[in-house]
Amino acid sequence: MSKNIFFFVILTIAPSLLRAFSPESPTDRRVLVLLDDFAIKSSHSLYFNSLKSRGFNLDFKLASDPQISLQRYGNYLYDALVLLCPSIDRFGGSVDQAAILDFVDSGHDLIIAADVNSSELIREVATECGVEFDEDAASMVIDHSSYAVSATEGDHTLIASNDLIKSEVILGSNKIEAPVLFKGIGHSLNPANNMVLKVLSASPAAYSAYPKAKLSSPPSLMGSAISLVSVVQARNNARILIAGSLSMFSNRFFRSGVQQAGTATKHEKAGNEQLLTELSRWVFHERGHLKAVNVRHHKVGETDEPAIYRIKDDLEYSVEIYEWSGTSWKPYVSNDVQLQFYMMSPYVLKTLSTDKKGLYSTSFKVPDAYGVFQFKIEYENLGYTTLSLSKQIPVRPYRHNEYERFIPAAYPYYGATFSMMAGLFIFTAVHLYNK
Amino acid sequence: MAVSTDKSATPSSSSSALRHASGNILAFFILILIGILAFSIRLFSVIKYESVIHEFDPYFNYRVTQFLIKNGIYDFWNWFDDRTWYPLGRVIGGTVYPGLTLTAGTMWKVLHFLNIPLSVETVCVFTAPVFSAFAAWATYLLTKEVKGSGAGLTAAVFLAMVPSYISRSVAGSYDNEAVAIFALIFTFYLYIKTLNTGSLFYATLNSIAYFYMVCSWGGYTFIINLIPMHVLLCIATGRYSSRLYIAYAPLVVLGTLLAALVPVVGFNAVMTSEHFASFLVFIIIHVVAFAYYIKGILSPKMFKVAATLVISVGLVVCCAVVAVLVAVVASSPTKGWSGRSLSLLDPTYASKYIPIIASVSEHQPPTWPSYFMDINVLAFLVPAGIIACFSPLSDASSFVILYIVMSVYFSGVMVRLMLVFAPAACIMSGIALSEAFDVFARSIKFYESGQSETIQNKANDTASASNVSLQNNGTEKDRKEDSVKERPSKKNKKKEKEIVQKPSSSKKAQPEKRLMVLPVEASVFALFLAVLLAAFYVVHSVWAAAEAYSAPSIVLTSYSPSGLHVFDDFREAYAWLSHNTEVDDKVASWWDYGYQTTAMANRTVIVDNNTWNNTHIATVGTAMSSPEKAAWEIFNSLDVKYVLVVFGGVVGYSSDDINKFLWMVRIGGGVFPHIKEPDYLRDGQYRIDSQATPTMLNSLMYKLSYYRFVETDGGKGYDRVRRTEIGKKYFKLTHFEEVFTTHHWMVRIYKLKPQKNRIRGKTKKSKLKTSSSTPTKTGTTKKNPWH
Repeated sequence: MSKNIFFFVILTIAPSLLRAFSPESPTDRRVLVLLDDFAIKSSHSLYFNSLKSRGFNLDFKLASDPQISLQRYGNYLYDALVLLCPSIDRFGGSVDQAAILDFVDSGHDLIIAADVNSSELIREVATECGVEFDEDAASMVIDHSSYAVSATEGDHTLIASNDLIKSEVILGSNKIEAPVLFKGIGHSLNPANNMVLKVLSASPAAYSAYPKAKLSSPPSLMGSAISLVSVVQARNNARILIAGSLSMFSNRFFRSGVQQAGTATKHEKAGNEQLLTELSRWVFHERGHLKAVNVRHHKVGETDEPAIYRIKDDLEYSVEIYEWSGTSWKPYVSNDVQLQFYMMSPYVLKTLSTDKKGLYSTSFKVPDAYGVFQFKIEYENLGYTTLSLSKQIPVRPYRHNEYERFIPAAYPYYGATFSMMAGLFIFTAVHLYNK
Repeated sequence: MAVSTDKSATPSSSSSALRHASGNILAFFILILIGILAFSIRLFSVIKYESVIHEFDPYFNYRVTQFLIKNGIYDFWNWFDDRTWYPLGRVIGGTVYPGLTLTAGTMWKVLHFLNIPLSVETVCVFTAPVFSAFAAWATYLLTKEVKGSGAGLTAAVFLAMVPSYISRSVAGSYDNEAVAIFALIFTFYLYIKTLNTGSLFYATLNSIAYFYMVCSWGGYTFIINLIPMHVLLCIATGRYSSRLYIAYAPLVVLGTLLAALVPVVGFNAVMTSEHFASFLVFIIIHVVAFAYYIKGILSPKMFKVAATLVISVGLVVCCAVVAVLVAVVASSPTKGWSGRSLSLLDPTYASKYIPIIASVSEHQPPTWPSYFMDINVLAFLVPAGIIACFSPLSDASSFVILYIVMSVYFSGVMVRLMLVFAPAACIMSGIALSEAFDVFARSIKFYESGQSETIQNKANDTASASNVSLQNNGTEKDRKEDSVKERPSKKNKKKEKEIVQKPSSSKKAQPEKRLMVLPVEASVFALFLAVLLAAFYVVHSVWAAAEAYSAPSIVLTSYSPSGLHVFDDFREAYAWLSHNTEVDDKVASWWDYGYQTTAMANRTVIVDNNTWNNTHIATVGTAMSSPEKAAWEIFNSLDVKYVLVVFGGVVGYSSDDINKFLWMVRIGGGVFPHIKEPDYLRDGQYRIDSQATPTMLNSLMYKLSYYRFVETDGGKGYDRVRRTEIGKKYFKLTHFEEVFTTHHWMVRIYKLKPQKNRIRGKTKKSKLKTSSSTPTKTGTTKKNPWH
């Protein structure tokens, strides 16, 4: 039937945007790592090895390498980009700020490590993603209350923070016990921006300033408003990790023990490795990626999808939602998936019930209003990719022969009509033949 | 006219029957020729352009017809269209006058039954010319009932080529009016016929014709108000007869029942004020009939007593009923009238309260030149026709007089109703011209017969004798005329009474009439002038049909020194939409282009020419008058993907969206008060040059119309319609991107940009800011056609 054209799944993300991952396995495979110099490759080898061991193809390049390019003949060569090059002023090759942002806007992932005195370029890329580093490029996050205890007193720029976001999806199911070591620049987020999340924030006593100079004016960033590590999930589900410290990725920080000032417990190993590994899992779509398939709707008692519903029809709606576990699709179980039956405003809003095997379903009565409705699911759960399904379906009024035929309340009128007809007939007969 | 004058010219009475028969045959062939004329004069649009559907509404009718032919009448009746008025949809079956569609559908079915494989479009294109031929024949019948077949033929010729009617019925103008004018005239004919014969058969036919009219056009209210007014007039002037009763009462009862069957009318047939007059008169005619009946059975004295009693009691009851009615009617805000009807009664109503009705150009009052353009010499003949109708005044001629008086008023209120006025003007002019020819021809004949008489009676030729012979001759002719008229009526007993009455009344006028002969030189000269007048009319009508009214408005042409330019931008744009967008994409435009977009591009639209939901239209108007971001939000909430604007600044096409923009502001502001008309006007003047207000320059309509406009003429930005340089020349669009602009820039299509993928941090922008792939691409692909 040509009417099937009415059935249409419209994803709100623009369909023209390329998606890096195939829909079947969303995890990234090819990763380009841009470095300031190749020494980082060895000094941060633990981090890279954990990525390699999970099956990523890392392609190390100097950021100034004139050969680097992100795409060839319109196809992207990489699924993800790691920028461990805070001081680069100008990328080599065809890569520039716009190329990186295009890379993200076409659904690819990005890890940015900034640092003290990071270049304008890196800061600008971060700003475009919704993260603002301290305006003073030389400033560092200083915390006199929860710094990492070390042999020398220092200037308290090496801080140990355990103020992490509470999300198993982003940080994994194992709780990160040890504080995370951080030494670098802080950033703040626009509170109106709901796409960026603060993963690791500084303690309320922290502030951002240039450590070697005297503090003459109040620092621009203070307290827990300072974010140390943030993640962004763009509308097209591209994920970005922005950290204010390059050294937190380093082997030294991964291995070193940590003791937060003011606490007695000394941890054997800082939380850096666990945090950054788990974050890389999230950023590279090994976790928290949902897909919805098999959207079905039909009248109660039928199985075929109709092209159009009638007002006051009873219908059933079902959809299957799966979550990517890194290797396979597992049923997604939640009790907060809601369906809207929507025409300019939701006429029906129902929570879908699940059978724990990925199938979500509900049934309801079509409202007594005709028009072009949509089955709409807008599912946004912290850490998960956004599910945004809408399927257009028209709802028609009754046909001329679907109304009630004989209404009891109208019997007096029927009676009046027929008695009138009979009366006229008799009257005519009498009038004509009674002479 | 030739026929009727020929008829009585026969000297011998034995051959008059033969003459009469040959006159009938001649009339028959003249009518066929009139039909051919009416049809062929409307083909200029096909010859000059092509066989396409014209304008806006016809596209909707065409689409509905296609649906009807494809899906059958029941699906048509229950058609819920989800491709217009998104997301509300429209119940087409219940909101459309189905007459035209069913007519064309039936024609198509019949043609295919006869194995004539015409396409639906062809049938639709030629429906209007075919029905204008029918309308000419109906005019003949109507005028014949009023003033004889000579006047009938003249009126039919006039109607076949009256420019006003041509403007709505050229080939391709597939609109309701095409069949409705025929239905209107035919209903009037049947009413007059019933009135003249008193036949219940014609009364029933009349109801059916009325039903067809109700099916076809909302203008049926004109019938259901005009006929009661005529009945009232007849009663008031003491012309009540049983024939009047038979002509009226069945029409109200059957007609109302039938009208209620049309879904779009339904209970309106008994509930709205438009139909109120017919019921009131229905009551009055019964009271009068009863009074006449009582008068017949009571003695005059008794009747007087009874009358006083009844009138005094009746008045009290009437007052009470009227008071209740007035209270009920007054409780409704529009007094039970629809907006369009109200604006007819109070011409300023629409402009004050309903901008959406006032915004339609065909609802504006006409200008004086448009009368001359649309009815030409008829305007001068109409008064003569009215005078002719008064001598003698019959039921039928009083109806025609009432018809023309009412339609003159209505045509003065709305240009569109010129169409109702045109047939009346044709009938009147037909009567006038035919009477004039009658007099002139009689004078000439009198002169001829006078001469022959003088030759015959040479012996006793005195001045008085010739006078006597004239008298004799006159009465002799009368007798012949009578016998001629009686012949066909012998077949029909009922008719007889009528026809006997008529000549007897005219016989009284005969002696004076016969004396009304003009000198032969004067009459020959006047005859020549009258023919010249008619010739001018023909020339004007053919010119109007060929030049003024044949443009299909989707294809435009213009002549310039370099030759003929054809602007086919509309179809170019619609074709682009249908080939380059998803089938379920929604296209927003001002409502004028809704029907065309659904029919030609097959895309869902937000609003269309069926302006049933003012709020929805106001939403689109608000979006068009808002700044870009607010507009984007409105459009996005309606799932709009593309926005289409019509822009004439490059080629000088004056009915573009910028010129309609104030209506968008007014209609939008009527529902959403934050849009204020004064914000768009500088000192009460609507302008788009550097003096324009910032609100105007920032409105979406301005931006979408003038985006990249400076590129067309190398930086001047000179708008050829407004004849001025535009106010803001260089600007970027942030929420819309240009996806298509037609060859002459007449239609511009923009796409809503998707929501930003990322939200930028709030820090001040640096010089690097300009982000990525904004519309530079489209900028290079579109070349300015004028360079």
